[in-house]
Amino acid sequence: MIGEQVLIERQDIQKLLDVLHQKGYETVGPTIREGAIVYDQIASVEELPIGWTDEQDGGTYRLKRRNDQALFGYVVGPYSWKKFLHPPVLSLWKAKKSGKSLEIIPNSDEIPQYAFIGVRSCELHAIFIQDRVFTNGKFTDPHYQARRQKIFIIAVNCVQAGGTCFCVSMKTGPKATVGFDLALTEIIDGQRHYFVVEVGTEKGAEILQKVPTKPAQPSDKKSADERVAQAAQRMGRQLDTTDIKELLYRNLEHPRWDEVATRCLTCANCTMVCPTCFCTTVEDVTDLIGAEAERVRRWDSCFTLDFSYVHGGSVRASVKSRYRQWLTHKLASWIDQFGTSGCVGCGRCITWCPVGIDITEEVRAIRQSESAQLSERRG
Amino acid sequence: MPKVKKPKVAVWKFASCDGCQLSLLDCEDELLAVAGAIEIANFPEASRAVMKGPYDISLVEGSITTPHDAERIQEVRRISKFLITIGACATAGGIQALRNFKDVKEFISIVYAKPAYISTLEKSTPIAEHVKVDFELRGCPINKYQLLEVVNAFLNGRKPNIPSYSVCVECKRRGTVCVMTAYGTPCLGPVTQAGCGAICPAYHRGCYGCFGPKETPNTTSLSTWWRRLGVTNQNLVRAFRGFNAYAEPFRKESEAYEQK
Repeated sequence: MIGEQVLIERQDIQKLLDVLHQKGYETVGPTIREGAIVYDQIASVEELPIGWTDEQDGGTYRLKRRNDQALFGYVVGPYSWKKFLHPPVLSLWKAKKSGKSLEIIPNSDEIPQYAFIGVRSCELHAIFIQDRVFTNGKFTDPHYQARRQKIFIIAVNCVQAGGTCFCVSMKTGPKATVGFDLALTEIIDGQRHYFVVEVGTEKGAEILQKVPTKPAQPSDKKSADERVAQAAQRMGRQLDTTDIKELLYRNLEHPRWDEVATRCLTCANCTMVCPTCFCTTVEDVTDLIGAEAERVRRWDSCFTLDFSYVHGGSVRASVKSRYRQWLTHKLASWIDQFGTSGCVGCGRCITWCPVGIDITEEVRAIRQSESAQLSERRG
Repeated sequence: MPKVKKPKVAVWKFASCDGCQLSLLDCEDELLAVAGAIEIANFPEASRAVMKGPYDISLVEGSITTPHDAERIQEVRRISKFLITIGACATAGGIQALRNFKDVKEFISIVYAKPAYISTLEKSTPIAEHVKVDFELRGCPINKYQLLEVVNAFLNGRKPNIPSYSVCVECKRRGTVCVMTAYGTPCLGPVTQAGCGAICPAYHRGCYGCFGPKETPNTTSLSTWWRRLGVTNQNLVRAFRGFNAYAEPFRKESEAYEQK
């Protein structure tokens, strides 16, 4: 069964959601809210952004009508699946004082069993990267692990690329190759609207048993592959990753960092929307009489002054040092730390930067100045 | 258990609208706990009873706009162990600091029948320009939970959790879609300090900058982007001349565009 491909007709997609509900999954997927496509609870196919697409560029995102009724005819929005696996705000524990003793009450909130509908290949890779950060080492994050273990993943292969997408450069897409339970490729061909479904796991096969399917013909598979290949040809951005770690390490004092610092707002949006950025801060709060306390974990960002605050002040006081820390960690020191790049090419940091700073452009500027210098010396 | 002496708290008003000090009374659910934990020794909005100083905490609302207030704040400082300013008036001069960009004598001659009776200063200035301030709580008005947090931190001898990063962090944590990116709505969020809970963007409005400039605000870059969104120089001046007009980064930005 694993690796097998079948067809599901458009009208049977609801059935897929119904089966997941029957199995006790809370289905979350793309839906339109506040002028963007976000991931939220969806009970019915009708809640998907049917017939919508997104146009993205540096610092701009717009929803647009499509001329068909595609269910997944867009790319990624501002919020990744990170918000479900690594919640923005999480109570870690509470403490109560009774007499001289202190009672610690761990967070016992029930962990939802999510089925993610419409995970893109870049996002799958982002989840693998966070797996390495949170669960693959000496120190496992129990909160992430508890959520991660329970999820069911329906991936969607991208058949179009967004204006800020560069998964091809990062080798993370557009086709989902591993880590999904089921992977869909949407095909609209004249009047016919159907999905080629690849089975990734036994769990996926089990769910499919209760959904009407047909065997996929070689022509269907070819049609699906062609569409994905087309998306790969149309990436809105490119990032040359040749020797990237060394390139950045060699250029820690490059004037480009000063230039980008004149534009960077240090607002932290790029880190918040990044599907791999994982930093948090913990805050202790007390009640007025000092009888109860709580420790809360919140998303944090290397763009804030507090992030690098040690006795006496912030280590990264300048904007330049904060932007450089973020970019070089993401694309270079991440490799040393976790054995993989921290970037999956989803383009969110470009689109959702309020002033459109483009990570691919910053790297290109450094690379080009270096090769210009080199040819000057040779010349 | 020996009876612990409760800290004495006083609330002082200077040039302001009272909105910030009323935030203390807005703490309806927590009010009994507040009253149990502290001795409200001087708070004319809540009670006529006044206890003599010195005070453990003084919450100071409002800006300094008159010679009399300039003297009075010295006295408040003298009798306060810990002085916390609350709100945009006390920390940046408030909306009344718009006078700082004009000649106040002209206003007086236009507004008052007998200008000779008016005794006022040329500028509306924040408390910290006059006395040492131990903590500045931002906002127009302040957020009541932040006020509780500051009082709470003081009572428990810990550092208050009052971040100085951007409003954007609050938007992203609560899952609001960026109004500037998705709609092209000019928003001051990227240069404004968090604390309000990112209310305006949650209602599809751009941030008005009520909490004043964030740490290391890059107003120049944001203005350049606003120009691209079609905002005129005049409207840029207006945007930065709100409740925190006289806070240095906002003041400099508005002055830069006033000259263009």
